[in-house]
Amino acid sequence: MAAHGAHPPGFAHQFETVEQQRDAGTLGMWTFLVTEILFFGGMFTAYIIYRTLHLQSFIAGSHLLKVQYGATNTAVLICSSLTMALAIRAAQTGKSKGQIIMWLLFTMALGAAFVGIKLHYEWYPDYLEGIIPTVSWIPGGAHTPGVKMFMCFYFFMTGLHALHMVVGLGILTVLVIMTARNKFSAQYYAPLEISGLYWHFVDIVWIFLFPLLYLIGGRYQGS
Amino acid sequence: MSTATADTHDAPRESGVNYLNASYGIRSWLLTFDHKRIGLLYLASITVMFLVGGIAAVLIRIHLIEPQGALFEPETYNKMFTTHGIMMIFFFLIPSIPATLGNFLIPLMIGARDVAFPKLNLMSWYIFITGAALALIATVSGGVDTGWTFYPPYSSMYSHSNVALVALGVFIAGFSSILTGLNFIVTIHKMRAPGMTWFRLPLFIWGMYATSLIFVLGTPVIAITVFLLGLERILHVGIFDPAVGGDPLLFQHMFWFYSHPAVYIMILPGMGVISELVTAFSRKKIFGYSFVAFSSLSIAVISFVVWGHHMFVTGQSIYAGLVFSVLSFLVAIPSAVKVFNWTATLYRGSISYEAPMLYALGFIGLFTIGGLTGLFLASLATDVHVNGTYFVVAHFHYVMLGGAVMAYLGGIHFWWPKITGRLYPDMWARIAAAIIFVGFNLTFFPQFMLGYLGMPRRYAVYPAEFQVLNVMSSAGASVLGIGYVIPLIYLIWSMRYGPVAGPNPWKAKGLEWTIPSPPPTENFEEIPIVTEDAYNYPVAHEHRYPDAPGVARV
Amino acid sequence: MIPIQPPAASSIAEGVDKLYFVLSGITVFFTVLIFSIIFVFMIKYRRRSEDELTVETHTPLIVELTWTIIPSLICAVLFVWSAALYVRNARPPQSSTEVFVIGKQWMWHLQHSEGPREINELHVPVGVPVKLTMISQDVIHDFYIPAFRVKKDVLPGRYSSLWFQPTETGTYHLFCAQYCGTNHSEMIGWVYVMSPTDYAAWLAGGEKTESLAQQGERLFTQFGCNGCHTGEAGAEAPSLAGLYGKPQKLANGETRVVDESLISQAIWVPSSVHLPNYKANMPTYQGQVDADQMVRLIAYVKSLSSEERNGK
Repeated sequence: MAAHGAHPPGFAHQFETVEQQRDAGTLGMWTFLVTEILFFGGMFTAYIIYRTLHLQSFIAGSHLLKVQYGATNTAVLICSSLTMALAIRAAQTGKSKGQIIMWLLFTMALGAAFVGIKLHYEWYPDYLEGIIPTVSWIPGGAHTPGVKMFMCFYFFMTGLHALHMVVGLGILTVLVIMTARNKFSAQYYAPLEISGLYWHFVDIVWIFLFPLLYLIGGRYQGS
Repeated sequence: MSTATADTHDAPRESGVNYLNASYGIRSWLLTFDHKRIGLLYLASITVMFLVGGIAAVLIRIHLIEPQGALFEPETYNKMFTTHGIMMIFFFLIPSIPATLGNFLIPLMIGARDVAFPKLNLMSWYIFITGAALALIATVSGGVDTGWTFYPPYSSMYSHSNVALVALGVFIAGFSSILTGLNFIVTIHKMRAPGMTWFRLPLFIWGMYATSLIFVLGTPVIAITVFLLGLERILHVGIFDPAVGGDPLLFQHMFWFYSHPAVYIMILPGMGVISELVTAFSRKKIFGYSFVAFSSLSIAVISFVVWGHHMFVTGQSIYAGLVFSVLSFLVAIPSAVKVFNWTATLYRGSISYEAPMLYALGFIGLFTIGGLTGLFLASLATDVHVNGTYFVVAHFHYVMLGGAVMAYLGGIHFWWPKITGRLYPDMWARIAAAIIFVGFNLTFFPQFMLGYLGMPRRYAVYPAEFQVLNVMSSAGASVLGIGYVIPLIYLIWSMRYGPVAGPNPWKAKGLEWTIPSPPPTENFEEIPIVTEDAYNYPVAHEHRYPDAPGVARV
Repeated sequence: MIPIQPPAASSIAEGVDKLYFVLSGITVFFTVLIFSIIFVFMIKYRRRSEDELTVETHTPLIVELTWTIIPSLICAVLFVWSAALYVRNARPPQSSTEVFVIGKQWMWHLQHSEGPREINELHVPVGVPVKLTMISQDVIHDFYIPAFRVKKDVLPGRYSSLWFQPTETGTYHLFCAQYCGTNHSEMIGWVYVMSPTDYAAWLAGGEKTESLAQQGERLFTQFGCNGCHTGEAGAEAPSLAGLYGKPQKLANGETRVVDESLISQAIWVPSSVHLPNYKANMPTYQGQVDADQMVRLIAYVKSLSSEERNGK
């Protein structure tokens, strides 16, 4: 039934048709994202429970965060999702590989900017201020055990997220190489689409993290 | 009575090129993308882990012959039962049927050439053995003494053992489960042969699908849980330390949120196997197909909302207790429905008693006992008394050994001719099945009694009044151990010296029986078109040869 | 012969045993039923010839519904019965005498409110309800008396409780039933249920000690609590009189009943439970007040809520 010569590059032979492969890839990525939701969800649940039990400490801890950089990073990530979508659109509409690569590189640059801003403007100053638990924690005064607990969750959750970002950067690198090697066309760009799903997911996780960690300390209403 | 011989119409010869001899050498195995070979890689690995956990079990039962302990200091004993639990649960039972039989059979049963993501499949195996290796290293380099449940604060702040290393091993192995589940879900959704609608699928596939849902939804939560525990252990940040505002019960909630569905990961594939065995050896379609299929799904769904029954005596609120209790009773109903449907399938069947059928019938009986003793634990008032005692130990061994492992052995025996192209000696297989059945009951029935009398679990020494029942249990364990060793011997023997099996030595229905034994690497020459329901065994009013396969060819 | 149940020595034991035996009966019934049906089918429908065909059977919905509904009804009855027992057994009678229990690796400290202390042993009079208020000094333990059919986890950082009313004099096992480390299996002891006269003699026979509340009052001064908690109007810290057992609104908006857990939290982690209208100035006594002392301080605060200021 399957005429083997007619398959485009990238076709995997456990499948019978290209459509089946693309459907399988998409379902696979969505299923993977569901597992990621449960993974981050476990952490979010623990955070919410402890926040309920130690509200004042968690508000105090939230005030130690550098909200302006968190907000900047939110904007950076949202833009990166836009550039990612534009990369996929370029492939979908048969644009040149140069165009696709350009949008992918913009996405990578924004992703790298996210990580860079976080490391340079948030975590390094946190290190100097002595609010990274175990690594550089200076106890006493406002740095109560409850605040330490908050900072643990902050670093666990944003650290896990940043790890996913870095993995995403790796995936984008692979995609750039594949595009440069002419693997994609208007008929076959499934890896771009699927990686786009992953990238958007990582963005969405940040959109939950930012308010939960930085904003709901009643920062702008006074506590 | 035995029908699994080569005396059908033509004498089968070993098929020419098949997945086993298509390529040779260790690289062709370690770098394979073939789901069948990956299934065998898993089979070898989990057998090793079973032996490690099994040795620990033997030592435990010998130690418990004496009230003051016959073999070990308490600290070593504590490491023994921890090792036994970790190896058996995370590295044997959870992968067992899914990673071996699931990997091998799912593409065959649905009419596909492989799973959806073969490279991911191989990566899953490597992830598994990495996790297993770390756990083994943790065991031999000092061991872990927290129990497989790792409760803090003991595990996070007080234990002087390799907690973080074992937690890392479990964490890594969890990703193997997640990827396997993901692979199966996509495969079952997207790669069924034309005509293979959902309600024509073998019930093994329904069981594997329900299991994969749990793999995908539950395992990430245990991953985060052991991740937090490991961080706690290394960094001492206080997440589970009440002195700084942490809550050790949060660990228990998160842990059991996965670990309860995990026990259904262990049993649902087994139930799927039983559906296959009961139909094949009664030569009849299953009684109540859609009820069995939907039972698998309901068990998977309800399993996520009963975790609190492990925590009835932790001081959680009465209301939480009531909710979890009623839901735990509810989850028993679909399992009961299955038991009745399997039994009814035998009605007016044409039943034969090869070893796989003996395992299946043993399963139905022992799972009934194991499942019903679960009601004692779902029931709040009795759970208070028997929680933390040998009653619980007996209950879960009935369902995991009397249930899941018997189903696993039954499945291995049933599909062994398909996997290896050889028949094993059925007389020895039946003897082993009988020894296992008897040994199992001798080992674990006394433990129900010990539990009600009040003997707590995880005790290295115990009051002398419990000795008689302990000795009975240990005696049974020696019989059980012999029973498990026998199949190891004759199955390995059969790979070389067993008679050649044909494509369908059991005359069973199912796409896997329409291809040669062992199958060719690409499974099907042409993808079949399916036109009939599962288990479409010929019945008296039809005119068909008994062993004609039920598929049309293009 | 091998016994099948432990002694039934508490007011709830018989009820639990009855439920247990009904559950056993149901288990035996269905096991025998399934085994027998299988056995009969195995013989009656054994394959007689290789070519024989079976007869088509249908799956009537009524059959499926029957064996879904009947087990559901059985489960419903069992749930309600068990839940009723459990709820009834959960609340200690008002007239309970209190014993404080501190579990630590690997022994039990038991502290009667009348004053005597015991290690790994508990003497109680028959026929009198006893409430145990328990906390752990380290890891999670579990206090289990099989003869009374009671069990409850003993947790660090918070109090848990169980109660029982012994109905038979005798000596009964006490076990730790939550794995707690190396000597978990040696964290065991005995419960001695005595006649009221014997118990009174036992109480009187030990060394004279003050009641827990009296010891707590001394600690209250010793730790300087009375410096801020003067009980006078306008004091820096709230008065503790009449506080125990009442709901109290906290600074973070929640309302909690002032119980053992709240008091211990207030002393060990004060930042989490301070009251509105007071500055959050109370220092933590974590590491200064240990679990034994906490029990006495709590007994003292409780005594400030009852009419008899001095306890016994």
